[in-house]
Amino acid sequence: MKRGMIDFWVGLFALAGIAALLFLALKVSSQGNLPAGSSYQLIANFENIGGLKVRAPIKSAGVVVGRVSSITLDPERYVAKVTMDMDSRYHFSRDSSAEILTSGLLGEQYIGITSGADEKVLSAGNTFKITSSAIVLEQLISRFLFSQADQEKEAQ
Amino acid sequence: MNFLVESISRFGRPLTNSLIKLGFACRFLLAILRHSATALLRPHLTLREIWFAGVLSVLIITVSGLFVGMVLALQGYDTLQRFGASSSLGILVALSLVRELGPVVAGLLFASRAGSAITAEIGLMKTTEQLAAMEMMAVNPIARVVAPRFWGGVISMPLLAAIFSAMGILGGYLIGVQLLGLDSGSFWSQMQGAVDFRLDVMNGVIKSVFFGVAVSLIAVFEGYDAPPTAEGISSATTRTVVTSALTILALDFILTAFMFRGV
Repeated sequence: MKRGMIDFWVGLFALAGIAALLFLALKVSSQGNLPAGSSYQLIANFENIGGLKVRAPIKSAGVVVGRVSSITLDPERYVAKVTMDMDSRYHFSRDSSAEILTSGLLGEQYIGITSGADEKVLSAGNTFKITSSAIVLEQLISRFLFSQADQEKEAQ
Repeated sequence: MNFLVESISRFGRPLTNSLIKLGFACRFLLAILRHSATALLRPHLTLREIWFAGVLSVLIITVSGLFVGMVLALQGYDTLQRFGASSSLGILVALSLVRELGPVVAGLLFASRAGSAITAEIGLMKTTEQLAAMEMMAVNPIARVVAPRFWGGVISMPLLAAIFSAMGILGGYLIGVQLLGLDSGSFWSQMQGAVDFRLDVMNGVIKSVFFGVAVSLIAVFEGYDAPPTAEGISSATTRTVVTSALTILALDFILTAFMFRGV
């Protein structure tokens, strides 16, 4: 085959490969992390994080406003310390609360933020004062069973 | 006593031979890297190999990718439907293809289609004494023959894997949305929510680069090392496919362990 034709086909092949990569980047995947420099970090301590994972979304009113960047155990208080990368466009008042929620019945877990009424806002490095832990299904069932047993005792 | 020594050496010989071959392969890779500058300075040599290894493999990669995606969608739908989670079909198809099947199956097809052809070509050049003739004319066969084929394979492989994944996802879309009637919007949006560009797509690309280096090295090495007979070339071609397949699977395990262990 002539050299010109080979160049043409190789060029077309490279174009197809780059188009496939662009398709994977734009149509199939999300860019995931927030662009550097446009995020700030907040901290929330939870008694139990359930199945929360790093990179889980942080939502407020259903809108993704950040992602979990790290989860560690506080060695003194034995609570989970969750660090979050928040989108710098959004700021929340100091009395906002953070809770761990589940999307659907068996879906992934995420952090939901409900904004408070304070005029001052949380800035980089601040900690959420009001948090509520993940609901653990086993605890819920055992509580239900104990309450049933108590009711039966009272009835007797 | 002699019998004992002979038996031990008979059992140890395959291991010693494998180690010698591995050592030679490492030396061969260093020689290729040393002579790469000469090969890359004459780009038409490498372009011809990209055409041979990459462009000619596009058809099999495209068709296989499409069918793999379609089968994944059919099987995935059957399982997910039992849990009422059929809307997550897009996630299943995309993650399986981008993380694993894209690089691995494209690598296996590349080894069978292009790797074996490269081995046979170099083996035949050795048998017909073309390599020896080059050396006689002070042309280094590693710079002129081996390095362009190696780089052609290394460059082609990630592009082929990306085409395979993209075609597979399109196949999944055809079956999931067009045939089984899933909602097109939720198919794409759930996929975008679950697939991360850096973590999933780029790790798939990195895997395919590793596979490209492994398959290309095995193909050129087996061709260069083949005994100069018809039988030697045929067994070298078989060895290329077998060794490449095993290397891809082993490398895939190691790379996956490094990349996705904490996820």
